[in-house]
Amino acid sequence: MSVDIQFDLGAHLKQKVSEGRKLVVPYLTCGLPSPGEFVDLYVKLAESADAIEVGIPFSDPVMDGPVIQEASVRALEAGVTVDGCLGLIAEALKRTSTPAVVMTYYNPVHSAGLETFAEKAAAAGVSGLIVPDLPYEECAELDQALKDKGLALIQLVAPTTPAERASMLAAASRGWVYVVSRMGVTGLQDSLASASAEVVDRVKPHTDLPVLVGVGISTGELAGEACRVADGVIVGTAVVKRVLEDDLPGVVSLISSMREAVNPS
Amino acid sequence: MTPPRRRPSFWEPKYTDVMSARSAPAGVTSADTRGRWGEYGGVFVPESLMEALRQLEAVRVEAWTDPEFHAELDRLNREVIGRPTPLYLASRLTTKVGGARIWLKREDMAFTGAHKINNTLGQLLLTLRMGKTRVLAETGAGMHGVATAAAAAYFGIPCLVYMGAEDTRRQSHNVARMKMLGAEVRPVTNGSETLKDAINEALREWVSTVETTHYVIGSVVGPHPYPQMVGDLQSIIGREARGQMLELTGKLPDAVVACVGGGSNAIGIFRGFIDDAGVRIYGVEAAGTGAKGAPHSAAIGLGRPGVLHGARSYLLQDNDGQILPAHSVAPGLDYPGVGPEHSMLKDNGRVQYLTATDADAVAAFRTLASSEGILPALESSHAVARGMDLARSLGKDGDVLVCLSGRGDKDVDIVAGMLGL
Repeated sequence: MSVDIQFDLGAHLKQKVSEGRKLVVPYLTCGLPSPGEFVDLYVKLAESADAIEVGIPFSDPVMDGPVIQEASVRALEAGVTVDGCLGLIAEALKRTSTPAVVMTYYNPVHSAGLETFAEKAAAAGVSGLIVPDLPYEECAELDQALKDKGLALIQLVAPTTPAERASMLAAASRGWVYVVSRMGVTGLQDSLASASAEVVDRVKPHTDLPVLVGVGISTGELAGEACRVADGVIVGTAVVKRVLEDDLPGVVSLISSMREAVNPS
Repeated sequence: MTPPRRRPSFWEPKYTDVMSARSAPAGVTSADTRGRWGEYGGVFVPESLMEALRQLEAVRVEAWTDPEFHAELDRLNREVIGRPTPLYLASRLTTKVGGARIWLKREDMAFTGAHKINNTLGQLLLTLRMGKTRVLAETGAGMHGVATAAAAAYFGIPCLVYMGAEDTRRQSHNVARMKMLGAEVRPVTNGSETLKDAINEALREWVSTVETTHYVIGSVVGPHPYPQMVGDLQSIIGREARGQMLELTGKLPDAVVACVGGGSNAIGIFRGFIDDAGVRIYGVEAAGTGAKGAPHSAAIGLGRPGVLHGARSYLLQDNDGQILPAHSVAPGLDYPGVGPEHSMLKDNGRVQYLTATDADAVAAFRTLASSEGILPALESSHAVARGMDLARSLGKDGDVLVCLSGRGDKDVDIVAGMLGL
């Protein structure tokens, strides 16, 4: 299942942005609604998505709201494992070239061993990693292990991050810079916090990577609003909610409508 | 594993453990400038919380070096908590066991009934200094929830407590107490519905409200600076106990014993004796039913290092790094992790970690109750159980000091149920 690993996520996405494209990155909890349907959904979404964030479930996801918690519980109860998830991603990547970014908490990575995890993720064709409970101060070892395998470690910037720190995080990030739109865990929201535009503005001068906004982007309207300043959006809960409801056509149409909202044709 | 590249320290200014140094010639332990205890500890939290932790550390360092803060804390310790708590010679228990003298550090006689209040009043003072207007806490057995609610009421600040739904049932007495003290109690129905899940929910709530709310963590767990701060605030237990032992016996104890869930009463009393090489120190983890393959809470004894709730420490987890459900008859020990300072003390061999089963704890509860008229918390009963063994093996000239971390009123329903009373 060896896939080309000499792939630079940041350069790939930067190229798209330079062509005037806004980026749409849906989030899927790995293995849902079933392993086979997950792979099919990945491939289907890849037609309109620029990258796909794949959540490897963790038993204690403190950055996630009720919907993604529920998805994590279901996936773990169905017997999903770290190796199993990487296997499913590798399968999907045989059928599409849309890059996969893994989102997981630090303990499963730590438990596997940082080098081992990086090696397995690279072999599966994964392009980058988001670890929401691993702040900059603790990330040096993993950052190096991933770099050695050509994978990006994506840094998150929050509304409470002071300006000086935001510039440091932006400069350290690879792949893209993840701006957390609001103070809170993942979930749906009706309006975009004005803080998110300010954070994007704070970050932009310090990176040439795409700046993506995530957490609470649940409609095409919000995605369009976020993309007035940002280079793209990450859509998690709104996708996973539909997956949990077994509404897979709804997931596909949501992502198409977001695509349309951020880059009106 | 290669050592991490050197990074500029996030924690400014560099702190000194002035609180311990000020009043105790011995027992000074502290994390390094990265918040590490050896290879444990650290700060594994979402970026959204980093600024709040930096602020907390800055305010803590300032307070620790401010005589006014210490004067106020000393006053609260005396007038509100009733410190110093007694050092008590359990004579009839000693006779019954037939070995070394058994001394109890009576944290059960502290205001609200456990050592937890030592920590919460101190953290409330820091809350005011940070200008925050609301506090948040998790609780297992309910003693930390009650201690936070009481401290919040004392300072006139709103208080929200998360408690696992299972724990709200088995410690319903404490749920009522928290509500009477004006706190809001939110039962948590996720996961195993115990302490771990209450901490998860508290962290999620904190991410949303961090700008106005201080999270009063109840043990020496969590991201830096919590293990340092809570340990420092609890170290008064060991400072007092050491002085009291010297005063009453003219010597130090041969052994010090405390129960370990997250491990704050244990760190509190251990800190007083860490530098006394002749004093053997024992932590007692909960072995649950003791049945092979059954869930337990012995993170140090049977876990391996991992990262949960902000720190690297010994942890009960499966091969994939998923956290395993813990169990103990004592809700305050029912936790799959342990404070990072304990992990360091295990690895460097200064502290030996033992276990006691649910049955051992209940038996010790009965023995202490009938021989001394004291109802100990089921958590503390784990320490009493191993303390009696140590007394037996040391012989009559020895002295064993047990930290009686809390009172057992909250546990009368559990024990009555088990004994068919």
